Amino acid sequence: MSVLINETSKVLVQGFTGSEGTFHAQQMIDYGTNVVGGVTPGKGGEKHLGKPVFNTVKDAKEATDANVSVIFVPPAFAADAIMEATDAGIPLIVTITEGIPTADMVKVKNFMHDKTSRLVGPNCPGVISPGFGKVGIMPGFIHSKGKIGIVSRSGTLTYEAVDQVTKVGLGQSTCIGIGGDPIIGTTTLDAVKLLMEDDETEGIIMIGEIGGNMEAEAARWIKDHATKPVVGFIAGQTAPKGRRMGHAGAIIGGKDDTAEAKMTIMKECGIRVVNSPAELGETMAKALNNKN
Amino acid sequence: MNIHEYQGKSILKSYKVPVPAGIVADTPEKAIEAARQVAEKTGCDTWAIKAQIHAGGRGKGGGVKIAKSLGEVETHAKSIIGMQLVTHQTGSEGKKVHRVLVEQGIFYPGPAEIQEFYMSVLLNRDSGKNIVMYSTEGGMDIETVAEKTPELIFKEEVDPGTGLLPFQARRIAFNLGLSGNAFKNMVKFVQSLYKAYEGADASLFEINPVMKTSDEKIIAADAKVNIDDNALFRHHDYADMRDLSEEDPAEVEAGKHGLNFVKLDGNVGCMVNGAGLAMATMDIIKLSGGDPANFLDVGGTANAQTTEAGFRIILKDKGVKAILINIFGGIVRCDRVAQGVVDAYKSIGNISVPVIVRLQGTNAEEGKKLIDNSGLKVFSAITLQEAADQVKSNI
Repeated sequence: MSVLINETSKVLVQGFTGSEGTFHAQQMIDYGTNVVGGVTPGKGGEKHLGKPVFNTVKDAKEATDANVSVIFVPPAFAADAIMEATDAGIPLIVTITEGIPTADMVKVKNFMHDKTSRLVGPNCPGVISPGFGKVGIMPGFIHSKGKIGIVSRSGTLTYEAVDQVTKVGLGQSTCIGIGGDPIIGTTTLDAVKLLMEDDETEGIIMIGEIGGNMEAEAARWIKDHATKPVVGFIAGQTAPKGRRMGHAGAIIGGKDDTAEAKMTIMKECGIRVVNSPAELGETMAKALNNKN
Repeated sequence: MNIHEYQGKSILKSYKVPVPAGIVADTPEKAIEAARQVAEKTGCDTWAIKAQIHAGGRGKGGGVKIAKSLGEVETHAKSIIGMQLVTHQTGSEGKKVHRVLVEQGIFYPGPAEIQEFYMSVLLNRDSGKNIVMYSTEGGMDIETVAEKTPELIFKEEVDPGTGLLPFQARRIAFNLGLSGNAFKNMVKFVQSLYKAYEGADASLFEINPVMKTSDEKIIAADAKVNIDDNALFRHHDYADMRDLSEEDPAEVEAGKHGLNFVKLDGNVGCMVNGAGLAMATMDIIKLSGGDPANFLDVGGTANAQTTEAGFRIILKDKGVKAILINIFGGIVRCDRVAQGVVDAYKSIGNISVPVIVRLQGTNAEEGKKLIDNSGLKVFSAITLQEAADQVKSNI
């Protein structure tokens, strides 16, 4: 089985009728994702891309039995959209929106901590399980159904890893883009745990970057719990201290934030760390061969 | 967004956080007038003259002076305004000082002992909550304190639902060893400071030092304030606080074209879509024996125009010996980027450094054909490893 997305996934699009929402909803449908409708306040009752539009997430859930929501709402209103989906009891909320104020995400995290919904993102490419569908903005055609799980804070760098994994003939079980913001829902560790427990996943690629503690936290868990090989890469080995490298969360504050520190701890915990992002696919192929 | 001390203090003041009376001045004459007005308002007979640049360590570099007369105000203002101030944060070339903040002196004599504390408000990324970090060791570099005497640094985590609670403010004042009026003033100070942090959508407040004056007032003697860029849409009044002269001209230019650019010191320029891949591309340049000259994320909408703008910005750096363009097309179509490269060559003309273009993903083959058939001196690559090898053979 894949994780997060499977044949029972019914996907709702928040910010459905906007330009981003429209474009990517169509792409998701074309890829075979079961998009059951969308939410745009004030446009309830209309049809868009052949699917029903609702005023509220609650209405949409009641009518369609949706269990996944993907959010394309602009940054100023995105936090509210996440909390609305949480309140409606949507189990999986994938937030693509980039540029949400940090203070809003502090509120979101606090709002969600005693609720059952899982948040992926924000500022992420989303989740894809080849064969079942994609919930996000990644190009579907580079993926192939297979046995490698990928967790990453980056968008295009994930595509790079996917492409390499496809080319060495392994394919992907599920790819989870967790997002580049300082406050995100599903962490590196959360995603690694899901993939480690997944029968279909035989190896995990973990792509991190400078800033924060998430990779170290995941590495420590992997040391004690790994049942399959993990290949890791940290982007930003050449990034200067104190400068934000595109992602709001990619900034070196202290010495634990550096790529070097993270790579060291990952190696100590038994992760196969590559220095070059060009070696992700081959390293995974070798790791699986050694195991078999 | 980084702002000047005087701007940060104006935000603090609007939330009733006590700051010294002060006026900003861009000439020595205005500095004297500012000093007069500050004295009239507060009765002070000393002033602090402080260089306003976006960097810490100003005092050690000679950018902060105490004046004991209006004559000294003039002397210090003359020496600071226009100086090239070098601190541990500016790099060896330093930063030009355009204005000074003239403030009331707060080291005046009185019955109580003068003390300096450290206080900052920032996000704890692990918990997703804000913390107030503080120490009895004010006026020093906090990283040094953290290394040598970590037991003297305290943290108070704030529940987002309630904000900083009164008992937490009292705990902070107790931990700083305060009593009497100073204790009461610190409790108020911390509560106002936290409200200001939330209200202003700040990403960092660092007040070093927080002063306890000889009459038991608690005052923010310095203020490093960063505002969350993502929240600027709801603070239009802060937009004017951005001082473009403090930023790298190439970065300002890139921002106008919607490009995310960070200037570095290396010899290989790069242009990439996506922040993670951009960092990874910098890393691969280093592994190939070069040094990245920049970080440049052209974003999710890269097209011919943005490609050309990126090219022009990278080429302004005379240290650049080669350029690596790395595009993984998803929504971005590689043939459009390739067209942008060809167009840029024609319109800029005479690009003398080798350019390596690696296109992968949507329409990559079409893009590669466009480049190969253009007759230009451009090296194309498909895999990341091929691109790395091309960099190696071209520097």
